Formats: sequence, structure tokens, C-alpha cells
Amino acid sequence: MNEVTKIDGIGSSVRRTEDKKFLTGKGKYTDDINRPGQVQAYFLRSDVAHAKIKKIDIKNAQSAPGVIGVFTGDDIAADKVGGPICGWVVPCRDGSATKEPPHPLLAQGKVRFVGDAIAVVLAETAEQAKSGAELIDVDYEELSPVVDFENAGDGAQIHDEVPNNCYFDWELGDEKATADALSGAKKIVKLRVRNNRLVPNAMEPRSALAEFDNLDDSYTLHTTSQNPHLTRLVLAAFMFAIPESKLRVIAPDVGGGFGSKIYVYIEEAVCVWASKKVGRPVKWTADRTQAFLTDCHGRDHVNDVQLGLDENNKIVGLRVDTVCNLGAYLSAFSVVVPTYLHGTLLSGQYDIPAIYTNVKGMATNTVNVDAYRGAGRPEATYLLERTMEAAAREVGMDPAEFRRINFIPKDAFPYQTQVALQYDIGDYEPHLDKAMEMIDYSNFETRRAEAAKRGMYRGIGISSYIEACGLAPSAVVGALGGRVGQWESASVRVNPTGTISVFTGSHSHGQGHATTFAQIVADKLGIPMENVEVVHGDTDKTPFGMGSYGSRSLASGGSAISKAVDKIINKSKKIAAHLLEASEDDIDFKDGKFVVGGTDKEKAFGEIALAAYVPHNYPLETLEPGLEENAFYDPTNFVYPSGTHIAEVEVDPATGVVQVVDWAACDDFGNLVNPMIVEGQVHGGIAQGIGQALLEDAHYDENGQLLTASYMDYCMPRADDLPSFKVGYTTTPSTVNDLGVKGCGEAGAIASPPALINAVIDALSPLGVTDMSMPATPQKVWKAIQDSQSVAAE
Amino acid sequence: MDIKDSYELPLPKERIWAALNDEEFLKKSIPWCEKLERRSETELAAEVKLKIGPMSTRFTGSITLSDIDPPNGYTITGSGKGGIAGAASGSAKVKLVEAKDTSSTTLSYEVSAQVKGKIAQLGSRLIQSTAKKLSQNFFGSFVKQLEDMDKPQ
Repeated sequence: MNEVTKIDGIGSSVRRTEDKKFLTGKGKYTDDINRPGQVQAYFLRSDVAHAKIKKIDIKNAQSAPGVIGVFTGDDIAADKVGGPICGWVVPCRDGSATKEPPHPLLAQGKVRFVGDAIAVVLAETAEQAKSGAELIDVDYEELSPVVDFENAGDGAQIHDEVPNNCYFDWELGDEKATADALSGAKKIVKLRVRNNRLVPNAMEPRSALAEFDNLDDSYTLHTTSQNPHLTRLVLAAFMFAIPESKLRVIAPDVGGGFGSKIYVYIEEAVCVWASKKVGRPVKWTADRTQAFLTDCHGRDHVNDVQLGLDENNKIVGLRVDTVCNLGAYLSAFSVVVPTYLHGTLLSGQYDIPAIYTNVKGMATNTVNVDAYRGAGRPEATYLLERTMEAAAREVGMDPAEFRRINFIPKDAFPYQTQVALQYDIGDYEPHLDKAMEMIDYSNFETRRAEAAKRGMYRGIGISSYIEACGLAPSAVVGALGGRVGQWESASVRVNPTGTISVFTGSHSHGQGHATTFAQIVADKLGIPMENVEVVHGDTDKTPFGMGSYGSRSLASGGSAISKAVDKIINKSKKIAAHLLEASEDDIDFKDGKFVVGGTDKEKAFGEIALAAYVPHNYPLETLEPGLEENAFYDPTNFVYPSGTHIAEVEVDPATGVVQVVDWAACDDFGNLVNPMIVEGQVHGGIAQGIGQALLEDAHYDENGQLLTASYMDYCMPRADDLPSFKVGYTTTPSTVNDLGVKGCGEAGAIASPPALINAVIDALSPLGVTDMSMPATPQKVWKAIQDSQSVAAE
Repeated sequence: MDIKDSYELPLPKERIWAALNDEEFLKKSIPWCEKLERRSETELAAEVKLKIGPMSTRFTGSITLSDIDPPNGYTITGSGKGGIAGAASGSAKVKLVEAKDTSSTTLSYEVSAQVKGKIAQLGSRLIQSTAKKLSQNFFGSFVKQLEDMDKPQ
């Protein structure tokens, strides 16, 4: 009998193979890499939000100890190096295009936010570069700063190219049909919500190490990137006008991104430029303050919502008017996040016959705002799920039942929403039911009463979210203004002994691809996972790929790997047919063996691999030797994870502290490859969502100074802020890809903020509190309690 | 931010006014002042070393006197650059009001301050308390010096 080998395939909670190095502190990050003769870069940054630069005096800095060179925007301009580009633009309501002002690598005549880079100092040590920068004298003519984005249109103009500080004024949906639906509604629920501004706070700050090789005119850049190939494309083709082949980009171990490491930032471009200028490798690593000041921030929306209901409490129409803050310059995806990644999600899990949304993207004297875990979808989910809860209260329905009667029915899929997307598949009642069961929803009032005896206000809140990830297909992306493709690549190399090297265009910066992708290959080929190695993050090794963001790695990147493995299997069958002297059609592949159907004649996968590389007995006349296949996979649609999260909180009226006492998350991510990794992603996402809902808030003062620029003032969630999460799943496999998978990386951060705020409002509802903004800090909650009591006393 | 306070001194208004315009006297009232030089009737150059929260920074800058209304008061405005730590500016409106019986004078001040750059990013929560402490230090020791001088030797 054949020995059965245990395969850690799809569905197995294998421990992450990459964790050994990370948990023992042996990860190799960009800042861990050093080159002989390297110099350190320090960026002098503006400490005013909006000013003309009258004069920059670099004389004293140039002669400071250890300083190799001091450069300003004029030096960059003299070499005609371009700035970062915008990767996606949208048309405006009036037919005009998105306004795209230039973003110079170093300031040219004007600074536009606190942190805008003015000059770079290169020195032997980081300390010397910093001390040198201190000797640069910048003479500013200060201009009135624009900080309040809702009224940015009335402020001083930040860019000549952007009238009224409005980058775009975009719409989606049928305005008239929605107006008609709302005017015919029995009830209109109105809500104004704010999605607070967040700082991404990846554990590893951004870093770059650029080298120039003057023998072959080529550059190598190590950098903290979620997508090294896109970084190479943008730097080579758009900024430096050099062939891509002359630039190698390596994103080695990267310690978290959450979106903030998608974009090409000015610092890495300046390092590349300077490495040639001074003929030495140039290294730069942000300190935490620079990360707060210059990493693209997230969210920062204000949404006005109108939801119309008929006499049966069914939704008849939805209108959302949004103003969002995009900061001082347009970043790579800052335009698409509040538009096509936000407006298109407004139907949620609900059958809404008419939807219209208008979004205005404003320029302010704050750092750029771009994608942050969820990117547009948390904003859509927050406004919709807050409104659903408010509507249920207003009509006196249980919020769960109100959602249920408005869900898209199971038999309505594929479902065409009124905001462009077509959901391929979904089934929403099961995860609502299961989440309610997990948290024991039906006995909540008993727990509320028990808490009240202890003097605590207990509340429960629901969020039923939809998520669209694995952005695709490329043709649609292009039609909507995207300037990139949205496929993913994989190259699967079978080595002569049957071990596998997988080269993926995706990038892992915490997601566990080395494990998950190996599981897919092991499962499909019936070989042990240990025999599969996953290579990513180096443009010289991996095929051109789009990288990792928007929960696309598995749905797009994993599917590409799956397709490449299918090609390997097809070719292997041909080889096996030859070796076994059978027809290709009679070869079955199962458990790692190619078998002639109905016989005991078989060849193991390893034997086929060896035959391919040592083709002594091989059909060379019809088949190439070797066993290596590429796949480029362009999905036909997004994948649509959905789920219901229910939060339970207790509020201490004496202190205003909100304690999250229970959490049930029931998600439909389609098929799970590694449930343990999925659970970790859910935990991390919820933790970030709880951070947004209770703790985090990036605050600029009226002069544009970032007051929350350290962990003393910007409050991140800690373990003791979180309950033990109850995590469960329902499964409707995606119809878009062969693996039946969806994305799970952002769902927790999308689902959780409205669940939590709904729970806080529910807790305080006996006091008459109907609104609460994020973050629900103790001070804010305490004040809401006091105000409600003073109202009651009147 | 705005900080207000007042002191009652058993001294005539002119006496206090003279001290307010004597840079040597002012300098002695600012222990953290390393340099104070008069450049003109209304301008002084200053170098001060301050500790704000985690940062110890030397500021160089200028001080100008305006709204001069002898002997009733003036506005003293200062702005300084602290290099990489950022910049700070502030002004104090100082008023002297003599009691009807001329036995005492009330010195009152209103301070407003602004910070930029790293000081704002790291020390914003500490600015109010630091500015308050510095104002109290300055006017406190200014008043104490006047009182000491007035004591019989």
C-alpha cells in the first residue's frame, strides 16, 4: 500500500513558517542593511503649514562636520527629476478632470504642510546630517493655513492648479431617481457622521537605501514597499526617465504597511537621485515623529446621509454627500479611495433601489491622505451601519430585524447594485444569525439589567458590512480612471528533485504569504509544504506584479499561483503519459502521483520533475524540457466578503470609560486557506477598528501643527483595550476565482467601528443619547452623559 | 493659549515702569535667559534655554516692544527659532495700574504663545503649563527683585 503523507494543504491551520525569524528578532528590514561607504540622509522639513520660501541659506550646513552634501529643490529641478504621480483620477461633475498639481521632491518656492521636505543633508553619520540640517536657515513668508477641510474652499489657495482647493467634485448613481425615491419615502432618516483622521503607524518606519553603480549606470533601492515593481515603474518611467532594467527595487522584510507603504514617497526618490550625485550609497530611515508627519494619513471624511424608508420600513433610497480631506498633495490612490472604493460600497448588504452620492476631495495644509486598512470601505460601512442603526431606533424596530428585512435576498445573486458593483454571490442572514447566537443576542436585556445594578450602562451594536477586494478586472479599472492594471503574476519553478520555488508579484509585509501560498501549492501538487519556497519582494527575482493592498493577495496573487500550478500539472501529465506509455487523457493526478487510470502504473511528482530536467527518456520532439510556468491572472470581478460583527460594551458613567466586554465576528471570506492566519487578520483588523472608534485621532491645530505626533498624544490600542474575540465563519465560495477565496485583511477594520459606536449609543440610549462621534474618548462620553442629565433636569 | 495673572506691588508705577525697561534688570528676572542685548529703543536680541517636556532647546530670537505707553504698560513680543526643535513665539501685554492712594501698583499681564515644529508635535500638551510656569517665574522674580531692592539695607 502507498504510504499516506500528511499534506498541510488548503484549510489547514499551519503555523507561519516565517515567524521563526520574526519572533527571534532575525528579520532583515531595510534599516538592517548597510553598504560600505554609505552616507546618511536627513530631511529638513517645514515647521510651518503654508508659506512661501523667500530664501534658503545652506552655507553653514555645507561646511558642518561630516556633511557630504546639501541639496534643495533647485538641484532636483536642474536634473529634471519628476515628482510622485497620481495612480487614479476621476472625472468631475462639471465634466472637468481631477486637478493634479505637481508635487516636487523637495519644496520649490512653497511649503504646503508641516513636514514638507525643503532640503536634504547627506553626512557620514545620521547625527551629523541632523546637526547639519539645523544650520540651514529658511526664510518664510507665512501664508494663511487651510486646516478645516469642510471650509477649505474659502481658504487661501494652496496650489495654483487647484481652484477653491477642490481636487475633484465627483458623483455616482442616479440623482433624480434618488431624489424622487426620497420625496416619496414615508420616513427619511438623516445623519451626519465624521470619519476621524488616522495615522497608519506601521511598526517599522519607512526607510530607503539607494546605491548607484557607475560601471553599468544602474541603481539598487532597498525600500519599505508593499509593491516593489510599482515602485520601480514609477521611479524609472515617471520620475527618473531611465529604463526599468537599470533599477532594481528590493522590499525585504517589511514591518507592516496598512496602505501607507503602497506609494512612492519623495524620500526614496531623493535617496536614489542623491546616490548618483554623491557617488555613495545613501541611507534614510524615518524616526517616529517623521512617520507621524509624513506617512500618508487615512480616512478624514464628513458624510451627510439621507435614508428613505417606506411604510414597511424597507429602504427606498439613499443619498450621501461627502467632503473628504486629501491633504497637501495628491498621493497615488488618494483620489480612488473616497470615490470608487467608497461610493460603490454604499449599497452595503441591502437591496436599495436608488442611490446617489457626491464626493468633494479637498486640499488642505496637512499631510496627504490615502489608503489605510480598508481604504474607503470603512468610511462607507461606518456611515451606512450608523444610519441603519439610527433608522431602526427611529422606527422602533430591532436593529437586527431591520437589517434582515432589507438584506439582498440569497436568490438575488448575482446582484447589480445602483452604484456600479455587481456582487457575484453572498448570503447575509446566516452570518447575522450566527453572530447573534455567538454573542447570545436574545439574552442581552438580562445582561443590561445586571450591569445597571452595578451602575454600568451596557450596550450592544451591530455592523453588517460588505467589502469589495481584489480590485478587478483591469479593463474596468481603466474605464474608471485607474492608470494601472489589476492582475497578479506568479512564476512556479519546479526544481529537478521536485521541490518548488514560487515567485509571486504579491508582497508580504505581515500577511504570512510564505505559509499560505505554500499551502496552495502543496495542496494542489500533493507534496509536503516544506518543499515549497515562496520568493517575493525583489524586482530582479519576481515577475512584474502589482503587490499587496486592498486584500488582493490571495484572491489575485494566490489565484495566479494556482493557475501556474495548473499549467505545471498539465505539462507533467504529458511527461507522465510518455514515461508510462499511456495516452495523456488516461493520466489521473492525485495525491502527488500520476496514475494510468484503472492500473497500478504510476509516477511520483518528483520523478516527473527529474525527467523534465534530465530528459533522457522524454518527448523532446513535442515538448520542451524543464518544468517552470508563469501565470498572469486578471480576475473578472472583485470578490465580496461580507459579515456581521456585534460589539457589546459597558460604559462607566463616573469616568466615561468604554470597556469592550464582548465581540462576535462572523465573516464570510469564502474558502479559507489557513484559518489561523485568517483569525489573526480578523483580530488585527478589529483591534485597529477599536483604535479608530475609541482612541485614535490625528489632530492638527488651527495653524496646521500636528499636535498628535507621538505616542504621548496619539493613542494606539493595547491588549488591555480589547476583549477576547469570538470569531466564526459562514462560507459562500467566491465564483470569481478557482480557489473560491475572498479577502480577509481589511474586513475587521471595516466592520468594527460602527458596531462599537452603535453599542456605545445603545448603552447611553436610556439617557437619551442618540449620537457619538469617533473616537469615543472617556471625556467625550462623560460629557455626553453630563449633557443628557442636564437636559433631563430642565 | 492665553495666560493671565496679576500682582499687587507696594511701589509707585514709575518705579516698576523703569524696571520694565531696564534690560539688566529684566535679564536677572529670567534665569533661563543666557543673553539679552538692546539693539534699539524697541528691539532686543535674546538667547534663552528652555526645557519643554522631553526637549531642552536653545532659542535665539528677537524681542520687540510695542504699544509703549509710559508708564502704563507695553506689549512685549518675542519670537525665537530653536533649530530642529521648531520655533516659538509669544507676546505679553503688560499693564500697570496705580492705586488711588498711590501706595501700590497692580502689574497685570496677558500672555499668548504659539509653537511650531517638533515642540508642537511632542510637547503640545505641555506648552500651556510650561508657558504658565515661565510667565509666573518671570513676573514672580521680577516682582521679588523689586521688593528686595526696596527693602531697607
